[in-house]
Amino acid sequence: MSGDLTELYQQVILDHNKRPRNRGRLPTATRVAHGDNPTCGDQCSVYVRLDGDRIAEIGFDGAGCAISQASASLMTTQVKGKTAAEVRGLYDAFHHIVTTGEAPAEISDLAAFAGVHAFPARIKCATLGWHAVLNALNGDAVPATTETRAD
Amino acid sequence: MPSVQDLRRDFPALHQQVNGRPLAYLDNAATTQKPRAVIDAIVRFYEQDNSNVHRGLHALSMRATQAYEGARERVARFIGAADAAEVVFTRGTTESINLVARGLGATLKPGDVILATEMEHHSNLLPWQQAARRSGAELRLVPVTGADAEGGLDAAALDALLTPAVKVFAFTHGSNTLGTVNPAAELCARARAVGAVTVLDAAQTVGHGAFDVQRLGADFTAFSGHKMCGPTGIGVLYGRRALLDRLEPDETGGGMVAQAGFTESRWKSAPERHEAGTPHVAGAIGLAAACDYLEAAGREAIAAHDAALARLAYDRLAELPGIRLLGTRGARGGLVSFAFADVHAHDVVTLADEDGIALRGGHHCNQPLMRKLGLASTTRASFYLYNTEEEVERMVASLRRVLKFFGAA
Ligand SMILES: Cc1ncc(COP(=O)(O)O)c(C=O)c1O
Repeated sequence: MSGDLTELYQQVILDHNKRPRNRGRLPTATRVAHGDNPTCGDQCSVYVRLDGDRIAEIGFDGAGCAISQASASLMTTQVKGKTAAEVRGLYDAFHHIVTTGEAPAEISDLAAFAGVHAFPARIKCATLGWHAVLNALNGDAVPATTETRAD
Repeated sequence: MPSVQDLRRDFPALHQQVNGRPLAYLDNAATTQKPRAVIDAIVRFYEQDNSNVHRGLHALSMRATQAYEGARERVARFIGAADAAEVVFTRGTTESINLVARGLGATLKPGDVILATEMEHHSNLLPWQQAARRSGAELRLVPVTGADAEGGLDAAALDALLTPAVKVFAFTHGSNTLGTVNPAAELCARARAVGAVTVLDAAQTVGHGAFDVQRLGADFTAFSGHKMCGPTGIGVLYGRRALLDRLEPDETGGGMVAQAGFTESRWKSAPERHEAGTPHVAGAIGLAAACDYLEAAGREAIAAHDAALARLAYDRLAELPGIRLLGTRGARGGLVSFAFADVHAHDVVTLADEDGIALRGGHHCNQPLMRKLGLASTTRASFYLYNTEEEVERMVASLRRVLKFFGAA
């Protein structure tokens, strides 16, 4: 297995793919958003219970490749307890990581996705769950689609 | 058929390394590689004969026109058309079907039925949805049967669906998602018995074996050059002459008009009637060269070769844990489509690419069928005359590594 591939499928990613965190519909959700990736058929729904401006609880479900599902899982662990503005900041950092491969030291968990940048076709897989949570925070009912948004 | 090793030498793109391994190109249902003869024919046209067709009296224009119309005759012979005028050049299958769907759609009214099937490519489904919406006709679909679509089209349902209200029956000859090959001649005969016009999507079959429009009996047949060793951007709508001459043109403009006035015009008859604007001359010439190439290789032999590889792949894949193989066991074209319980098709394709093996993962432009089968995507391996048993074995070995990597085996 080449360096690029082991970078892409980091242990953290394989682990989140096999044992997703916060998986499942959230009965108490106050916001829901769906993301889909029309070219791949990847899907992701994100359920959020807001407490004021903060994400008190979060869940996700969906189906798709290891990258999309692991990224959504890891995302839920990163955004819980954060405000909408903080989540946007995290997304910006994540987006920088997956598009450039550069990961600042202070955001170690998301850095697992740095290998994605060598596979441009997979960037939209990695950002799918993030688009969904941002839409949920925006109170957007429309499905996030990675085709029409800038990644 | 010449030996596969000899044939492979004709395809420059096959001879390269991908990720340090020899390329095994198993994505032929998406598009095929091009033999040197096709590439040369296109280059020769641009280097020697390039000119617009039908309009010029100078030497180059006459040569270009001769080559273009010669290509039409070549393609007509390749598909057994009675008359070269029955061959309309288009951009490909998608444009061909849109052209015929708009033309036929204009003749439909509420109460009429358009019949298609659940195994259609989006290209043979969405144009009919549009035709139904515009005309008020109803679109009905022949279901596929079996949890893995192994039962093919539902014969009993087809009996009930084929009523005299059916004005159009559009269906695919070979499914690009399942590998299933439908009994086109029989289906066309049954549709004709209720007075329906038949439209055959032959994108996956024309270049893969013997093909005779008159024996199959479809009124219209659509296919793409790029799936049969020809260039992209060229395809064909075959139609029975009387029907093509009646069909309203979809596009109007230069080249298709018999008598143009400031406020009204009259159209030429087929094929020009349906070819407005400057056609893809080089594409048609490349497609004709592809017909020559495939005929020389032997069309029956290609069909047997593709089917043997698909059978081998099917049997070897069936040994993998947690695999679902789609489509009928018999009556199969040169492709296999499969899904693993725990590994997504895109991860499969990315890892196989690492071994130099080009597969396709996704919904294959067949989203409603995927949804019905409870699948988001499948992985597909599709074969052509230049593929080898060794490539099939390499694919299976690579898939075993994929399963191990994801802890699924
Ligand atoms: C069965 C079938 N129909 C239609 C098409 C569309 O062909 P094209 O994209 O060349 O127009 C394809 C190709 O993907 C196909 O496999």
